[in-house]
Amino acid sequence: MTTSPFDSYRPPEEGRRRRRRSGVRGAVSGAVSDAAQGVADRAGRGTSWLNRDGGGRREAPAVPDAEFSSYYGRGVIKPVPWDYKIPAYLFVGGVAAGSGLIATGAAATGRELLRRNSRLTAMAGVAVSGAFLVADLGRPERFLNMMRTVKLTSPMSVGTWILSGFAAFSGVTTATEVARLVPHPEHGPLGVIARLLDAVDAPAAVGQAFFAPPLAAYTAVLLSDTVAPVWFESRRELPFVFVGSAALASSGVQMVLTPTSQTGPVRRFALLGVATELVAMHRLEEHLEELELDEPVRTGEAGAKLRLAKVLTIAGGLGTLLAGRSRAVAVASGLALAGASALTRFGMVEAGIESAKDPRFTVGPQKRRLEERRAAGTVHDSTVTVR
Amino acid sequence: MGYLARQLGGRTDPAPDAGWEEPPSRKGFFTDTSICIGCKACEVACKEWNALPLDGLELSGNSYDNTGGLGASTWRHVAFVEQSQDRIEAARESGRRLVDLGMPSVGAPSAAPGGSLPDRAGSPQEGAGGGQNLPKNGMPAGYGTLPAPPEDHGPSLGDLLTEKDAVENGAHGTTVDGTPMVGPLPEFRWLMASDVCKHCTHAGCLDVCPTGALFRSEHGTVVVQADICNGCGYCVGACPFGVIERRTDSAASVRADGHVPNVGVAQKCTLCYDRLQHDQRPACAQTCPTTSIRFGEREEMVAAARERVVQLHEQGFTEARLYGANEDDGVGGTGSVFLLLDEPEVYGLPPDPVCATSKLAEMFRMAGWAGTGLLAAAAAAFLGGRR
Ligand code: SF4
Ligand code: SF4
Ligand code: SF4
Repeated sequence: MTTSPFDSYRPPEEGRRRRRRSGVRGAVSGAVSDAAQGVADRAGRGTSWLNRDGGGRREAPAVPDAEFSSYYGRGVIKPVPWDYKIPAYLFVGGVAAGSGLIATGAAATGRELLRRNSRLTAMAGVAVSGAFLVADLGRPERFLNMMRTVKLTSPMSVGTWILSGFAAFSGVTTATEVARLVPHPEHGPLGVIARLLDAVDAPAAVGQAFFAPPLAAYTAVLLSDTVAPVWFESRRELPFVFVGSAALASSGVQMVLTPTSQTGPVRRFALLGVATELVAMHRLEEHLEELELDEPVRTGEAGAKLRLAKVLTIAGGLGTLLAGRSRAVAVASGLALAGASALTRFGMVEAGIESAKDPRFTVGPQKRRLEERRAAGTVHDSTVTVR
Repeated sequence: MGYLARQLGGRTDPAPDAGWEEPPSRKGFFTDTSICIGCKACEVACKEWNALPLDGLELSGNSYDNTGGLGASTWRHVAFVEQSQDRIEAARESGRRLVDLGMPSVGAPSAAPGGSLPDRAGSPQEGAGGGQNLPKNGMPAGYGTLPAPPEDHGPSLGDLLTEKDAVENGAHGTTVDGTPMVGPLPEFRWLMASDVCKHCTHAGCLDVCPTGALFRSEHGTVVVQADICNGCGYCVGACPFGVIERRTDSAASVRADGHVPNVGVAQKCTLCYDRLQHDQRPACAQTCPTTSIRFGEREEMVAAARERVVQLHEQGFTEARLYGANEDDGVGGTGSVFLLLDEPEVYGLPPDPVCATSKLAEMFRMAGWAGTGLLAAAAAAFLGGRR
C-alpha cells in the first residue's frame, strides 16, 4: 500500500496496484485511493477499523481527486463512543422539555387534562432520559460523579444540572397531579402533604417552565462542543433545530394523549416547532454544503433518517393544521411529529459520528480554511510553522 | 487577557490558569521525526511502564505500523509512511511554500548557526547559476553526497564530472537559503513519527469532562484520574487529535490474574505523571535510543525544535516544519511539539486543529436565543389562543 517504485520488485498482488499517476497530485491522491482500495480488498479479514466506514466510498466517482493524503485512510479524530441511547436521550429529553412548557401553559390557562397528561409525560420523559444517559456511561455505577462538580466549560456538566433541576420541579408537579388523582383524606399527614403540594404547585410549575428551554437547547451545545465536523460546524443552527424538534415532538405526544378540545395551543406550538425546525434544518444543510460537509447528512443511513424526518415533519405539520376537528387526524399527526423528532435526533447524531470517522471530513474543511486564511495573508495562527 | 477569557483560547500558561500556585515550569516533548528510526521502543516502554493491556494483535499491511493509532491502550504510536520521489518532492514544495508564506517564527528571532540568512522569499536566487556558490558553513547541502573517490570499483570519472557539474549549476535545486543541493532527491524515503497526546494548552478533553476526572497537572499536562471517570466518553469526541479513548472490554490483560484495569474509562498518555513527580523523565523519552523524543521544559523544547528546523533547512531539507509550537493556533499551542517532514495529515495529524470549547461562548449564545425562542413560542401558543 505504498506509492514507492520499489513496489515493482515485489510479486504482483492480484492486480490491485492500480496506480494513477498524473503528477504529484495524482500520486498523492493515488495513495489515498490505493489505501482505500486496499481497505476494500481486505474486507472480511475482520479488522474492524480497516473495513469500517466508507473505505469503498472514498473510491466513489462522486468524490474528485482527494486534495490531501491521509494516513492509510484512518480517521484523524475519534467519534464519541455513544450508541443509540444518546439520540434516544435527546429525543425523550426533548419531549420532556416541551411537555414541561406545555404543562405550565396548561396550568396557567386552566386546561386540566392537558396539564395532567403533559406533567406526567414530562416526568416520565425525564426519568427515561436520565436512565438512557446513565446506561450509556462506560461506568454506570459512577454516574453520581457528574454531581461532584459544576463545570461551565462542559456542556455535559451544565446539562446534567439542568436535567436535575428540571427533574426536581417535575417531581413536585407530578406529585401534585398524583395527589389530585388518588383519593386521600382531608386530614392527617396525607392531607397535610396534599395541601403543601397545592401550595408549591405554582412555583414548581414556573420552575419547570424555567428549566425546560435550557433542557431543550443545551443538547445542541452538547453535540457542537466536540470536534466531530458536522456537529461542530452546525453550532449556529443546531440549537434551533433541536428546540423546534422538542416543540413538535412534545406537542405530538400531547396530540396523541389529550382530546382535541384542549390541544388548541399545543397545535399552535407544534406548528411553530415545525416551522422552526424546517427553516433551521434547511440553513444547517446549506451551511454544511458551503463547507463541503453535507455528505454525512445527505447520504447513508443518517441521510435517509433525516429525509424521512423531513417528510414526517411536513406531513405531521399539515395534519396538525387539520387536526382541530378529528381526533384520529390529531393522533396520526402527533405520531408523525414524534417520529420525525426521533429520526432527526438519530440522524444528526449518526451523521456527526460518520463525519468523525472519515478523515476527508476532518482534513478537507481544515485544509480549506487554512488555505483561505493563507490567501488572506493570515499566517500567524497556523499550527504548522517553519523556523 | 482576563482570567475567564484565558480559559478557552489564546496564549496562556495552563497550570496557573488551573489554579496551581507557583507551579513548576511547563513540561513537554519535542519529537524530532527526522531522526526517528522506527524502533518502537517508546511504544513498548510506555506499554510496559503503564502496564497497558493488549489491544489487538493484527498485521495491518500498512508498512511497519501494526499498531494503527493512539487509543485507550496505546499512548505512544509510531507512524510509518513510505514515500516515493514525487511525494518527497511534493513535501519539499509544501515546505518551501510555508517559508515563502512567511510563516511565523516561534520564540526569539532566528540566529542561524551558519551566520545571517539571506532573504528567503525568492527561492532559486543567487546560488542557481553561480558556479562558485558554496554553502555558508562549508558543508554541502541536501540529500545524497558527492560520489566517493574512485578506489577499486568506484564510480567512473565521467559520472563524477557530471555530478560535479550538476551540483555547481544548481541542477538539483537550492535550499530555502539559496544554497545549491549536492544530490538528487532519493527515490524513496520512510517517514517515521512517534505520536502521543499533545497535552494541549487548551485541551478539549479536559474542558468538556463533566466529572473533573481529567485535570491539569502542575506540570501543565493533562491527566485522567481513572477512579473518577465514569466513562461518559465526551472527552473522546472533544479531542482535536483523536488521542483519548474509552477502554473497551475487548482489551486483553497482560497480567497474571487476567484483570484488565479501567475498562469503560477514558485513557491516554499521562506524560508519566508518576515519574515526573519523582523528577524522572517519561518512560518513552528515557528509552528513545536516537533522542528523537526529547523531554523537558516546554520553552526549551520549542527552542530546540526551532534550532533543528533551521539546521534541516540549511541542509536542504526544505520539507522540515514544526507542528504545535505556535501558541496562537487553535489549541493555544501543544505541550508536545513535533518536527515533521511532510504535511501533518500525511502522519494522520489534523492540519488545523481547533479546540471546540474556544467557540463555547458562541454556542451557548445561540442556544440561549433558541431557548428564549422556545419559551416565547410556548407563550404565544397558549396566550394567543385566549384572546
Ligand atoms: S485534547 Fe487530545 S491531544 Fe489535547 S490534551 Fe486532550 S487528549 Fe491530549
Ligand atoms: S469519559 Fe471520563 S474523562 Fe472523559 S469526559 Fe467523561 S468522565 Fe471525563
Ligand atoms: S509520557 Fe509516559 S504515558 Fe506518555 S507516552 Fe510517554 S511513556 Fe507513555
